[in-house]
Amino acid sequence: MSMSQQIERRIRKAFQTPKKGETFELRNGLVSQYARERKDAIQRTIQAMTVGKDVSALFPDILKNIATPDIEQKKLVYLYLMNYAKSHPELCILAVNTFVQDASDPNPLVRALAIRTMGCIRVDKMVDYMEIPLRLTLKDENPYVRKTAAICVTKLFDLNPQLCIEEGFLESLQTLIEDSNPMVVANAVSALAEIQDRAPEIKCFVVDPHILSKLLVALNECTEWGRIAILTSLSDYKASDIKDAEHICERVVPQLQHANPSVVLAAIKAVIAHVEIQNSEAKANLLRKLGPPLVTLVSSAPEVQYVALRNIRIILQKYPQILNRELRVFFCKYNDPPYLKMEKLEIMVRIANEKNIDQLLSELKEYSMEVDLDFVRRAIRAIGQCAIKIESAVEKCVNVLMDLIYNKVNYVLQEVVIVMKDVLRKYKTFESCLPVLCQNIDELDESEARAALVWIVGEYADKIDNSGEILQGFVSIFNEEATQVQLQLITAVVKLYIKKPEAGQNMIQGVLQTGTKSDNADVRDRGYIYWRLLSSDTVIAKDIVLAEKPPIVSTIEDLPKSLLNELIGELSTLASVYHRPAATFMGHGKFGADAVQKRAIEEQKQLANEDEVGAGVNAENLLDVDFSVDSPTVDSPASNPVTASKGGSALDELNDLFAPVQIPKITGNASSNQDIMNMFKNTAPTSSVSHNLSSTKDAFAELNFDNSFSSHANSGVPSKSSKTNEDLLGLF
Amino acid sequence: MVSAIYILDSQYQTLLFRDYRGDIPRSAIEEFGPLIMRHECGDDIDSPFSKPCFTYQGVNYLYVQHNNIYLVVLSVVNTNALQVLFFLNEIVKVFTEYFTTLAEESVRDNFVVIYELLDEMMDFGHPQTTDYKVLQEYITQDTYQLDISTLEKTNSSLTGDKVSWRPHGIFYKKNEMFLDIIESINVLIGTDGHILQNNIYGKVVGNCYLSGMPELKLGLSDKLLVNSSGNIKPINVSPTESGSADTMSTPNTNAPVSKRKPIEMEDVKFHPCVGLDQFNDDRSISFIPPDGKFDLMTYRLKNKSKPLVWVNCDVEVKPRSRILYKVTVKSQFKKRSTATFITIFIPVPQDCDSPKFKTSIGTVVYAPETNCIVWKIKQFSGGKEFTMQAQLQLSSVTLNAQDENNTDGIGEETAIMSNGKVGRAHRPISVSFEIPYLATSGLQVRYLKINEPDLKYPSLPWVRYLTKSGDEYSIRMKKPLSS
Repeated sequence: MSMSQQIERRIRKAFQTPKKGETFELRNGLVSQYARERKDAIQRTIQAMTVGKDVSALFPDILKNIATPDIEQKKLVYLYLMNYAKSHPELCILAVNTFVQDASDPNPLVRALAIRTMGCIRVDKMVDYMEIPLRLTLKDENPYVRKTAAICVTKLFDLNPQLCIEEGFLESLQTLIEDSNPMVVANAVSALAEIQDRAPEIKCFVVDPHILSKLLVALNECTEWGRIAILTSLSDYKASDIKDAEHICERVVPQLQHANPSVVLAAIKAVIAHVEIQNSEAKANLLRKLGPPLVTLVSSAPEVQYVALRNIRIILQKYPQILNRELRVFFCKYNDPPYLKMEKLEIMVRIANEKNIDQLLSELKEYSMEVDLDFVRRAIRAIGQCAIKIESAVEKCVNVLMDLIYNKVNYVLQEVVIVMKDVLRKYKTFESCLPVLCQNIDELDESEARAALVWIVGEYADKIDNSGEILQGFVSIFNEEATQVQLQLITAVVKLYIKKPEAGQNMIQGVLQTGTKSDNADVRDRGYIYWRLLSSDTVIAKDIVLAEKPPIVSTIEDLPKSLLNELIGELSTLASVYHRPAATFMGHGKFGADAVQKRAIEEQKQLANEDEVGAGVNAENLLDVDFSVDSPTVDSPASNPVTASKGGSALDELNDLFAPVQIPKITGNASSNQDIMNMFKNTAPTSSVSHNLSSTKDAFAELNFDNSFSSHANSGVPSKSSKTNEDLLGLF
Repeated sequence: MVSAIYILDSQYQTLLFRDYRGDIPRSAIEEFGPLIMRHECGDDIDSPFSKPCFTYQGVNYLYVQHNNIYLVVLSVVNTNALQVLFFLNEIVKVFTEYFTTLAEESVRDNFVVIYELLDEMMDFGHPQTTDYKVLQEYITQDTYQLDISTLEKTNSSLTGDKVSWRPHGIFYKKNEMFLDIIESINVLIGTDGHILQNNIYGKVVGNCYLSGMPELKLGLSDKLLVNSSGNIKPINVSPTESGSADTMSTPNTNAPVSKRKPIEMEDVKFHPCVGLDQFNDDRSISFIPPDGKFDLMTYRLKNKSKPLVWVNCDVEVKPRSRILYKVTVKSQFKKRSTATFITIFIPVPQDCDSPKFKTSIGTVVYAPETNCIVWKIKQFSGGKEFTMQAQLQLSSVTLNAQDENNTDGIGEETAIMSNGKVGRAHRPISVSFEIPYLATSGLQVRYLKINEPDLKYPSLPWVRYLTKSGDEYSIRMKKPLSS
């Protein structure tokens, strides 16, 4: 036993030595008298850093190599400094002299490198030393240095806004907009735009007529990335009059020809921002120019395409005519990633009109025979959306749907039933399809499809011969069904009872009894509503249950108006991709930008604390000839951040308790859905309690209205809102 | 605004990262892998993590995948998503230029250069430059001692010239400028033989071997119309404008220009060196070119003529589990043009055996690894038609699938769905080819004026035309007949 332990220990030791040797060797290399060895050691240190090893213990030795004519080596040392500055703020100050010296080096690359790195060493004490080099480099004769210095102003602003303003660096930036070099202009604009974004109260980059003219000149002079910043600022600018807007559009339109797609989209955004104010002819003319560039965006790399497609969807809702003739561009390619195919489908149904519907239908039919299940279902859903959108094409659409049923593929069938439910809600002329739909009940195993079928049977109870039998089949397993099916079933049986009393008689009592005993409050409430309704006055009950419903206009999901208007101003940003206001994914609560930054700082501090312990141990070890290895510095790289983040988030939670919570100004799509749901939930019980029938009728009318509205808004996001939908649907 | 860029390997482990702003905890990247995997395991297409950008716990993740690595950008603000994703694609391009292939290994081997590049391409989250030629001037893979004097002389971005894409002091003994007009044709033909898409994606590629700072002016076909401006304007070119040395013969000089239909371009995009304002004013393309190869302009238009290569494929299922393909290929371009390297890929069911082929031209092979029959023809002149017949023996697996699906499944890849049913992936027939000396759109270079104000050297412009199949030249398979 002890023997084996000894061996084990020996083996362990054998494995540990190289670890010990690594830091040791690196240190030896770093202080070597030969330049080549030193450089090699630096490279290996950086390599260790890259793979996540903690080499912060070598900080003093790396620092010794900072003064070197070899620019590559300098870059590596600076890289190391940036990485570990936070954990060794005191030692960083030792590097200051070199930085200041380098900032006035004859080589412009060195000057730029020094000022760039100084800004990245995010240590408070560094700020005091940055002032003079920054001032010098902002006025440097070399544009490469000036453009680096311009960005450095934002770095300084990030660390110490007060100082940045007091020292007049923002004014220096403003003058750089008129610089002779395109890169300097670009960075000056980007820097100002960022500072304006972070601290709007300083008003350092409020576009006024004076700055506007500067920007319009710069637009053609600066690099592609600068153009994006300029165009974005232009779209935030409110034109004072029509002439102003015309002038801006005139200057922006040539940018639609730029090879960089983000410049193109930024230009489109700027044009859209200034198009509304203009007269209708000029507006139509400008909008026509936007079509071709939008189409070209669809041929970029898939990820870029995805962002473009999400934006096109927003633009299409605002200007539905803009891509009228471009349907074919959005046909799915065989090897498109799934997320692109889905997005293209969404756009195709929005472009669909009476002229292109035939082409679209044959394409959708092609897709519905594909192998990707989700894609097939979405394609079938698209056929239904077209049927409801274009009245003249409904017959063709239904024919395609019926053809699909004959293929007898299970998931196709289910989707067709769901889609046909919407078609039958709008059009009363497709009774001939009913037998086909009812034939395949046994194939339906998804609750959404079952609920849809139950609704159809209830609604057309008098047109389907065996409607009683069908519903009886469902009723017999009432308790096994999902909630949405149960809800539909109650409504359907009531409809059946009113339309064909002899068929519904046996069932109605049982269903209402089972329903009102349900554990689910919604099912129970629905049961009670109908029970009381039916027991008060059958004539009025008939009037209510069989009342004419407001027709559905569209099942294509639209963004709420307020959200649309916000997103039109956010084109190309993440908000436009998520279709959510920026406030919902940043800027508040535990995961707001500030909180994330705080988390990052906490993590750094934690790391620094651990390092200090580690460094201490190591320093002692240095003196010790046979130094032990188990110091935390060579700890496994993964463990540190994890613990750090845990500590950080706990702190954050505490912070959140005290910090004033920022409430997002705009309620998003999701929350507005929520509202509808709440409204429904509130009204339903009230109406069931109240015995005043006229008020019940009002409530129903309101619900009906809500239903058409919400299904109109929600159908595209079934997962989120299907519950609302089915709730409301049931009350028809 | 980019907070940090991470390069991850296929297991989502960090290979390398550059934290620009320090406002995101390092632990944030550890969430990335699990999030992506969660989506890959589940089949929920609506999951936000199936998209190239998503938000999780206050951090926005934007990424592209290339070979076996992921390039991930983290950001805390409502950043410009299109810009970031395009920038990532540009990074991939630059890295590929530097290391030939960008993959896990090349990232490990070149971490020093990558750090340098990341620092040069982006500063504090703002993109700086993604031009390979500019970057190459001061970041090379070989270690070198910096010589300031030569650097200042040649490095354009350091000298403060407005023309950042072209260094000063370039000298060639022989001054030449090559222009390649390359038109890629994207065609999609439906099962019923209807043309669903027929587009030309054109590109004018310049290859510049000119000394000094030459100013170039390019004149294209006088019938060129650019649609994107809304009001269609022809380019005005007077024939006297083209100097004798700069005029070049085009492949179709014998065809009278006036008879040709005008070319209606849907959209045109230019290299940053072209003055967009000037193009907008008088439709002239003036520029100082970068040195070496560059894409001067790209354009897009609808192809009005028939698809250049037409493929028809009849599939017939014979008794004793045999399947017969009859493929006809037709060249629908002018007789004097010749297509080269025509390759036709015909999708077939999995695991076929004993393939037999009969053809009058070219070679046919069965490629089981891609489940395709590949028919290659070296040369093919216009207005011709050839036929190939192939017979394959189906495997038993495919046969079973076929039973359930009534012969529909033949000729298409079959896949077992989660519910046990057999679905079909409609792989289309794809075609690739090249037709030299032809620009399908009829676009022609009328003249290219080269003027170097100081050196005034004589120069030779060369123009080449090439039409080829684009990424997507496909014909959807018809339903098989059974006998």
